[in-house]
Amino acid sequence: MDKTLAHLADFHDEAPLVKGNLTFHDITEIVSSHTEKKTPLQWYGAFGLALSGLMLMIVMIAYLFWNGTGVWGLNNPVGWGFAIVNFVFWVGIGHAGTLISAILFLFRQQWRTAINRSAEAMTLFAVVCALVFPGIHVGRVWAAYWMLPIPNQMGMWPQFKSPLLWDVFAVSTYFTVSAAFWYVGLIPDLASLRDRATGLRRKVFGVLAMGWTGANRHWRNYEKAYLLLAALCTPLVLSVHSVVSFDFAVSIVPGWHTTIFPPYFVAGAIFSGFAMVITLMVVARKVYNVENIITIDHLEKMNIVILVTGSMVGFAYITEFFIAWYSGVQYEQYAFTNRMFGPYAWAYWTMMTCNLFFPQFFWIKKLRRSIPFMFAISIFVNVGMWFERFVITVVSLHRDYLPSAWDYYTPTWVDVLTFVGTFGLFFTLFLLFLRFLPMVAASEVKGVLPEADPHFYDHEGDGHGADHTLGVAKSKTAH
Amino acid sequence: MLNQIASEVKATMSIYEAQEDALYGVVAEFAHPGELLHAAGAVREAGYRHFDTHSPFPIHGMDKAMGLGNSIIGFITLGGGIIGLSLATLMQWWMSEVSYPINISGKPFFAVEPSIPIMFELTVLIASLSTVIGMFALNGLPRPYNPLFYSTNFLRVTDDAFFLHIAASDKQFDLGATQKLLKDLGGKNIETIRDSGEED
Repeated sequence: MDKTLAHLADFHDEAPLVKGNLTFHDITEIVSSHTEKKTPLQWYGAFGLALSGLMLMIVMIAYLFWNGTGVWGLNNPVGWGFAIVNFVFWVGIGHAGTLISAILFLFRQQWRTAINRSAEAMTLFAVVCALVFPGIHVGRVWAAYWMLPIPNQMGMWPQFKSPLLWDVFAVSTYFTVSAAFWYVGLIPDLASLRDRATGLRRKVFGVLAMGWTGANRHWRNYEKAYLLLAALCTPLVLSVHSVVSFDFAVSIVPGWHTTIFPPYFVAGAIFSGFAMVITLMVVARKVYNVENIITIDHLEKMNIVILVTGSMVGFAYITEFFIAWYSGVQYEQYAFTNRMFGPYAWAYWTMMTCNLFFPQFFWIKKLRRSIPFMFAISIFVNVGMWFERFVITVVSLHRDYLPSAWDYYTPTWVDVLTFVGTFGLFFTLFLLFLRFLPMVAASEVKGVLPEADPHFYDHEGDGHGADHTLGVAKSKTAH
Repeated sequence: MLNQIASEVKATMSIYEAQEDALYGVVAEFAHPGELLHAAGAVREAGYRHFDTHSPFPIHGMDKAMGLGNSIIGFITLGGGIIGLSLATLMQWWMSEVSYPINISGKPFFAVEPSIPIMFELTVLIASLSTVIGMFALNGLPRPYNPLFYSTNFLRVTDDAFFLHIAASDKQFDLGATQKLLKDLGGKNIETIRDSGEED
C-alpha cells in the first residue's frame, strides 16, 4: 500500500527542472560569467571559421550580382532552385524557436525556460539567413524594393494577389515580432549584466536594459505583455510557414498543388528547427557548462518533439502519395512516381531515410537520452529536411507536363558555396550572441525554481507549503 | 491639480517624486519571496500606496498583495490589432482597386480572400509592436536614471535579493515610522534613498 502511494506520487511529480541544487545566485553566476570572462581562444577559432563562411557568402553574392542569375544552375523548367530551397530550409529552422518561446509558454511547459533564449536567437539568425535569398534571387536586384509597398514615381504598387508578396509580409512580420519578443525577454537579464558590470560595459547594458529594476509594477505589465506576445506569435508562426507553402500550393504545378501543404510544412518546420536546436544545444551546453540548466531531460523532451513531428511529416509524405493516386490525375500520379523512381530518386530516398526512418529510433528511451546518438540524428534530420525542400521544389519542376520540356537540374559551385556561406552568417551571429548576451533566460529559470514560489516558505520554510513543490523537495533530499 | 494627476500616473510606473530635501524613499531587503509577499500585504494594510516591491523574477500573488488590478496592456494590443487590420484592408483595397488596378486572368481587382494573409500579418505586426511599446510606456521605461541605483545593495535585485521600497511621496510617509514598520516586518539593510542627482 505504502509503495503504491509512493509510486503514484512519483508519477505525478515532475523531475526538477534545474539540477545540482542551484541557488538564484548560482544561476546568475553561471549565465552571466560567460559574457564577462576573457574571450576564450576557442571562441576566436570558431568565430574565425564562421566569419570566413560569411565572407564566402558575401563574395558569392557579389559574383552573382556582377554576372546575373546565369551563374546559378537554373534552367528552363527548373526556374526555382537552390535559392528557394535554402530560403524554405532556413525559415523552417527558425520555427522551433518561436514554438519553444511562444507555444510552449502558452501550454505552461516550464522546461522551455532553459532553452527559449538560445532557440529564439536561433530563430532570428535563421530568418536573417532566409531573408538573404528572396533579396538576391530576383535577378534585377536593383528592383528588389518593388516587393514592398513603397510609393514610387512609376505609380506602381505590389500585386496583392500573389502568394510571393504574402511571403514578403509574413517573413518580415515574423522577423520583426520575433526580434521584439526576444528583446522583451532579454531585458531582465540585461539588467542583471548591467548591475554586475562597471565602466563602459555598465553604460552599454544600462542603455539596453532601459532602467529595469524588477519593480512589481513593471513585472505586472511585463508579464501580461509577454503573454500577449506569445499569444500573437503562436498563430503567426503557424501562418508563416503556411504562407511559405502557399508559394507552392497556390500554383498548378503537379506535386505542388496540394491542400495538405500548410500543416505539412508547419510540422516539417518544427521538426527541422528542433533538430537544429539539438545540434546547437548539445555543443553549447557542454562548452558553456550549463548542463545543470539545460539538462538531459530537456534534450529528451525535444527528442520526443522530433519523433512526433518527424512521424507527422512521414505521414504527410504517404498521404500525398495516396491523394495523387486517388485523384486519378495522371500528371499528379507521374509527379510522385517520378520522385520515387525518377532521376532524383536518390534525393527522395535520402529525405525518406533521414526524416521518416532515423527519428523512429527515439521510441527507445535509452537512445533519446544518449548525447552522441541524438547529435547524429539531429544532423540527419537537418540534411533530410533540406532534401525535402529540394525534392518538393526541384523534382516537381524538372518534369512537368510535356516531356519535350523536361530537363535535369544541377547546382553550380556558386549555388553550393552561397548555401555553405549562409552557415557562416548563421554561426557568426550565433557566436556573437553566445559571447555577449546571456544564453539562458536567467530570470525565467529563477522563476521556475521551487524557491521562487512564495508559499514554499510557509510552515516554517520546510518547503511543504506549496503542494506542487512537495515532490521537488522530496527528490532533492533523495539526491 | 494637473501636477497631482501626473504624479499619480507616474506612481503607477514606479516613478516617485522626491521631497524637497531630496528624500526619495526607504528601501528594505527581505530574505525570500514569501517574506516579501507578506511585507507587501502588510505595507498596503498600513495604508501606504506609493510603494513597490523589487525582485529578480515576478512573484505570484504580488499584484493582489499590493492591491494592483489587471494590467490594461491588453486594450493597447487590441487597439493595435484593429489599426493593423484596418490599415491592411485599406492599403490593399486602395492600391489594387483605386490606384493601380491590373487585370490578371479576369480576377477582381480587390477581393477579401487573397487579402487575408496580409490582413492577418499586419494585424499581428501592429498589435505586437503596440504591445511592446505600450508595455514600455506603462512602465515608464526607458528610465536610465533611478535614485534607487544609488544604493549599492539594491543592485543585487537583478540577482538574488528582494526589496520593498516605500516612496517619500506617499501621503503617509514618515521617515521614522516607515523605517520602523519595515523593520518590524523583518526587513534587513534598511536604507534611506536620496535623489541627489549626482553621478556615482
